[in-house]
Parts: sequence; structure tokens; C-alpha cells
Amino acid sequence: MFAKDFSYAAPASLAEALALLQSQPEGEVKLVAGGQSLIPLLKLRMTEIGALVDVSKIPELHGITDDGDGVVIGAATTYFQAVNSPLVQKRCPLVIQAVSQVGDPQVRARGTIGGSLAHADPAGDLPAVALAVDAELRATGPSGSRSIPATAFFVDLMTTALQPAEVLTAVRFHATDAPHAGTAYVKHRHPASGYAIVGVAAAVWLNDDGTCRAAHVGITGAGTHATRAAGVEQALTGKRLDDATLTAACANAADGLDLMSDPYASGEYRAHLTRVLAKRALAQAAATAAQR
Amino acid sequence: MRQKISVNVNGVPRENEVEPRLLLVQYLRESLNLTGTHIGCDTGQCGACTVLLDGQAVKSCMVLAVQANGAQVRTVESLASGDAYHPVQQAFWDLHGLQCGFCTPGFLMATVSLLQRNPNPTDAEIREQLEGNLCRCTGYQNIVAAVRSAAEKMRAAPAASPTPMPAGAGGE
Ligand SMILES: Cc1cc2nc3c(=O)[nH]c(=O)nc-3n(C[C@H](O)[C@H](O)[C@H](O)COP(=O)(O)OP(=O)(O)OC[C@H]3O[C@@H](n4cnc5c(N)ncnc54)[C@H](O)[C@@H]3O)c2cc1C
Ligand code: FES
Ligand code: FES
Repeated sequence: MFAKDFSYAAPASLAEALALLQSQPEGEVKLVAGGQSLIPLLKLRMTEIGALVDVSKIPELHGITDDGDGVVIGAATTYFQAVNSPLVQKRCPLVIQAVSQVGDPQVRARGTIGGSLAHADPAGDLPAVALAVDAELRATGPSGSRSIPATAFFVDLMTTALQPAEVLTAVRFHATDAPHAGTAYVKHRHPASGYAIVGVAAAVWLNDDGTCRAAHVGITGAGTHATRAAGVEQALTGKRLDDATLTAACANAADGLDLMSDPYASGEYRAHLTRVLAKRALAQAAATAAQR
Repeated sequence: MRQKISVNVNGVPRENEVEPRLLLVQYLRESLNLTGTHIGCDTGQCGACTVLLDGQAVKSCMVLAVQANGAQVRTVESLASGDAYHPVQQAFWDLHGLQCGFCTPGFLMATVSLLQRNPNPTDAEIREQLEGNLCRCTGYQNIVAAVRSAAEKMRAAPAASPTPMPAGAGGE
């Protein structure tokens, strides 16, 4: 399959990439990182563009650094590099739990952290993670740099708060290796594509007495974009996370979701999975938190 | 507009002018006549087109040839040395890890990559790591057996395994 013809540039700096983005009419130019979502869209001609700007060789978009209570991952970092980083393994286990379930090794060798979040596939795994650990998405555009909280980033189906002339440069994931903190990612995979029918990322922080200080729940796959389950989170704060409490809170896990429906899974089934998987993810995260 | 690329393929430096929309798999098959790399689904699902790009297994129907500019690519054609099969090829032959053979070049390259990262994988790890490759014939049982056997042979005689990898192999 051939895409419609386009031009290609692989700039060596962020400034050059921004200039290239602005040198083309909006909608005619697109960034590419790993290409694992965009190349199929171009081949199927579901997306047509005049110019492609490859961000994978921009040094400013690489590197993984510790900034105290978070880990900053360059947007062009591949899934493979992220899961093999000792820093991410130690401080952001939720990223490892989810990314090791993305696609397959070949996809993880090319696909990037930034590309996956910017693409905002309704069934992408990383958006749920970004929500659960209050990630901060850093973008640079013609008028400077800004930081977007994950909760304001996923706007609609494959639509984010990024502007067309902006480049996502890095993502900061809040560390969860403190005492009494635990995380888990639970995914019901589509048997053929491997994408999440529903995926739930949970992060739990306990008080010294074992009650819940805070619980964050990010849901992907069920609705048109990844969402926090605020109702569930509020219902858990201050409580002991036993089976009955989790069951009661997670009964509302699918409330307010803009549920998707397809031949594999109806909206009703997705809502059911959301409730079941939210409880499993929270129970696992709470068990880890209790041991730490 | 065509663009010039330089790619090292199976140890041979190549320079070509390609359209940016040309896929790496088509570059290998049509520009370089290396038809060992197969196109199955052409949509990133089946892994038949798997090659090593800077030492890592990737699906070459999901990479543009221009993205491989400056990189090292290894295809199935590089595995055997003369008449001697690579241990992974020999194990697939000995243990019937193939029937029609269409998926095999992809499985071989994915296996080479897997054994580089993990020379002693469990059966579960083999299945998990070959998730990106589909086979319509074998039912996978003999593929897993072949990978296990290749791993044993390569651990026993690492020097006999002709898999010289470029610097930075395996990423990071
Ligand atoms: C067989 C297969 C299975 C898969 N399974 C899963 C799965 O189970 N779970 C899952 O979550 N995903 C899955 N994916 C998708 C995969 O995760 C993609 O790699 C990822 O969604 C996109 O990352 P990328 O770097 O390849 O982005 P690209 O395809 O290069 O780009 C995607 C979009 O992001 C934009 N973009 C990229 N980088 C930037 C940047 N720095 N700033 C601004 N915009 C940018 C591009 O313009 C484009 O619109 C699968 C893909 C395949 C082919
Ligand atoms: S042909 Fe590339 S994955 Fe199937
Ligand atoms: S041997 Fe026929 S598809 Fe695998």
C-alpha cells in the first residue's frame, strides 16, 4: 500500500522542527515519531498530508531524568527505551506495567511515549497511565513552552489540547515509589489487535493507619478518550480499601463515560468491564501500597 | 520529490534515491532485490516483514525507507554463512518450525532479536516475545520448540553463532 506522496524532513533541532511546522499550511504538515500509528493511517489514506516532519532525531526530545518527585521522559523515547530504563523501573512502575502490554516487541521498538499520548487513541494504554499519576505534558510552540496537566490533555476522540504548531517535548510522570504507594494496570485485550477493550490504571496512596489517602483511576478503551473516574476516587478517600468498599465504589466506575460500542464489545459490556477492571486494578495497587 | 538515503544493509553500504512514501520493506524487496523479507498483511499485524533496524526487530512495512537513512538493516538473507545455516534457521528446519514458510523470515529475525536480549527464555517468554508474528500453519508449538532448541545450541557454542551485531544493538 502506498501513501499519497509527501515530502519528508528529519530536523536535528527543536527550533528547526518548529520552523518546518510553520512553513506549511495548517493540516498539510504532520509530525512523525515512531510512525506506528501514523504510517498505517497514511498508507490506508485515512490521513493525507503534504509534508512529514520526523521528530525522532531531535536531541531535546530524548533522555530520561529524575526531577525529585517525578521522572521526565523525552517525547521521542521509545517504549523499549522507557521499559528498559532503571530509573523508570524504580520510580514509575505503572509506566512499566502498562507499556510492557502495548502491542508487541516490534511495535515497542519504534513507538514512542510522546507519539502515543499525542495520538490519543481511545484504546491507547499510556493515556490511562498519564491520568492516574497526574502526568504533566510539556509542549513547545511558536509562542513558547507550556505544561499541560494530563487531566486537561485528552479532549475527545484522537483529539488533545496540543495546538497544530506545537511539539510535545517531554512527559513528566509523578513518581510512585514512596512508602505506602502502589500502582497497577489491568487490561482486557482485544484478542486479535491486542489493543485495550478496556484498560484501567490505578495509583493508591495509603495513610499510616492503612486507610486511603488518595486513589487515582485512569480509564481507557471504554469511551472516546481516556478519563479519570473521579466518583470512584472520592468514594475511596479516607476508607479502608477492603473488598466491600472497592465493590461499592467501582459500581460507579463507568458513570459519565461517553461509551463506545463496536461488534466486539457493546457499550454495556465496556461499562461492565470498566467496573470489574477498576476494582481489580485498585485492589492490586492497594495490596502493593500496603506492603511498602 | 526523491531523496537520497544511505543505508547499510547486511553489511553492504547502499545509496539510493527514494520517494519519501516508499516503505522500508519495498525498498528492500524492490530497490535492492532482497525478496527474503515478505509482505503479509501490510498493516503492521503479522510480522512477516520483520527485519533488524540498528539491531532491533521492527516491522518494515511500518517504517519509511527515509527513516532508515544512516541506519544498519539486517534481513534474513544475512543469517546463513555460505552453506551453513544460522543456528536459528537450523533449529526451525530440524524441528519443523514451518510449513508453508511464508511467515518464517519474520519469525527468524524476531527470534534472533529475542535471543540477543534474552539468551535463555522460558516458553512463556518465547510466546510473549513472538506476539508480533503470526503463523497460519504451524499452531506455534514447533516454533516455540525451535526457538528453545536454538537458544540451547547458541548458549552451548556462542562463537558458532554468526550474529555480529552493530554497536547499540538492542536499543539504548
Ligand atoms: C500492531 C500494533 C499494535 C498496537 N497495539 C497497541 C496497544 O496494545 N496499546 C497501545 O496503546 N497502542 C498500540 N499500538 C499503537 C502504538 O502504541 C503507537 O506506536 C503509538 O500509539 C504512537 O506512537 P508513535 O511514536 O509511533 O507515533 P506516530 O505514529 O509517529 O504519531 C502518532 C501521532 O502523534 C503525533 N506526534 C508524534 N510525536 C509527536 C510529538 N513529539 N509532538 C506532537 N505530536 C506528535 C503525530 O503527528 C501523529 O499524529 C499498536 C500499534 C500497532 C501497529
Ligand atoms: S507485512 Fe508488515 S506486519 Fe504484516
Ligand atoms: S508456516 Fe505458513 S504461515 Fe507460518
